[in-house]
Amino acid sequence: MGETMIPYRRPVRFAWWWGRRAYTLFVVRELTSVFVGAYAVLLLLLVRRLGQGREAYDAYLHFLTTPQMTIFHLVALAGALYHSVTWFALAPKAMAVRVGERRIPEPVITAAAYAVWVVASVGVAWIVLRG
Amino acid sequence: MAAPPVTAERTITLEVMRYRPGTDEAPGVQAYRVPYREDWVVLDALNYIKDRLDGSLSYRWSCRMGVCGSCGMMINGVPKLSCAAFLKDYYPGTVRVEPLENFPVARDLVIVLDDFMRKLPAVKPWIIRAEEPPLSAGEYRQTPADLEWYKAFAMCINCMLCYAACPVYALEPHFVGPAALALAARYNLDSRDQGEAQRRDIVAGPDGVWDCTLVGECSTACPKDVDPAGAIQRLKLSSAVQWLREVVLPWGKR
Repeated sequence: MGETMIPYRRPVRFAWWWGRRAYTLFVVRELTSVFVGAYAVLLLLLVRRLGQGREAYDAYLHFLTTPQMTIFHLVALAGALYHSVTWFALAPKAMAVRVGERRIPEPVITAAAYAVWVVASVGVAWIVLRG
Repeated sequence: MAAPPVTAERTITLEVMRYRPGTDEAPGVQAYRVPYREDWVVLDALNYIKDRLDGSLSYRWSCRMGVCGSCGMMINGVPKLSCAAFLKDYYPGTVRVEPLENFPVARDLVIVLDDFMRKLPAVKPWIIRAEEPPLSAGEYRQTPADLEWYKAFAMCINCMLCYAACPVYALEPHFVGPAALALAARYNLDSRDQGEAQRRDIVAGPDGVWDCTLVGECSTACPKDVDPAGAIQRLKLSSAVQWLREVVLPWGKR
């Protein structure tokens, strides 16, 4: 043998997620959760203002109509859509459902997730829009 | 412009990372021009270099047919078996060959795989029974459907491409990692196995499946379609269900 091994450790680049498409898409997917979370905070504040009376609630509604907040809502919507679509695409990886001898095909799991999404959205729309 | 003579041999350039421990402070790149053949893979080109151009080049290989899992390398930045990476997919461009990412480099294209060798047995990749029946009791039987349930996860050849593809492993070297966890799933899903509880500490522990952020590149890199990312997500689901049983349902303790 004689020679001792001196292994070389390559440093991890600071921007490791840049320059490789799959890594970049992954980081984008993770970052969209920030907008999803921020929107949830806005909704919680809405409930809080509602509890503080009509005046506070109306002021908050007015704040939500400002151009900055409209832009935020559009960005948050795009983020939530991207987050949901990529999540539904990955869901069958975690959910392996076996019925009898066979495993349920992956597209069926994804389709079921979309079906639940549509039903839930219609339910929410009905509650909000029925007057 | 005159047409090149018909006898002119077409060539392709390989940029190979070289590291000589004790001599080099850090790795460098050496370029080699090798004959271009349509049916050659990168490993053939490396063997040509070693035989004809530079006998000092070091790399691992054995079966050259995608079975042994020894010849994994970064080829133009993508983890691949060099015996399955055809030169024609890169020609006339150059081919950059580097040792597998995320592992220490021992010499040239040879990585240090001690870390993987420690993690592999840690998941207890063998059939565990609550009680070992005597040999005279016969073999454990299994239906084709039972086999199908885990078979994909049993195809791993330990080539470590998935570790080279995993940014979590790059950032957190303690992460048990894709191949070892896929193997844990392979045995947990085996109808003959009863060792899930014994694997739980490592599978659901601090360096286990919950480190995984589902980048999914391990499954893209896998030359055997093992889908380690899928295996890890299934382990996450089963370990979450187990946690619910133990913590949320007071009567569910086992």
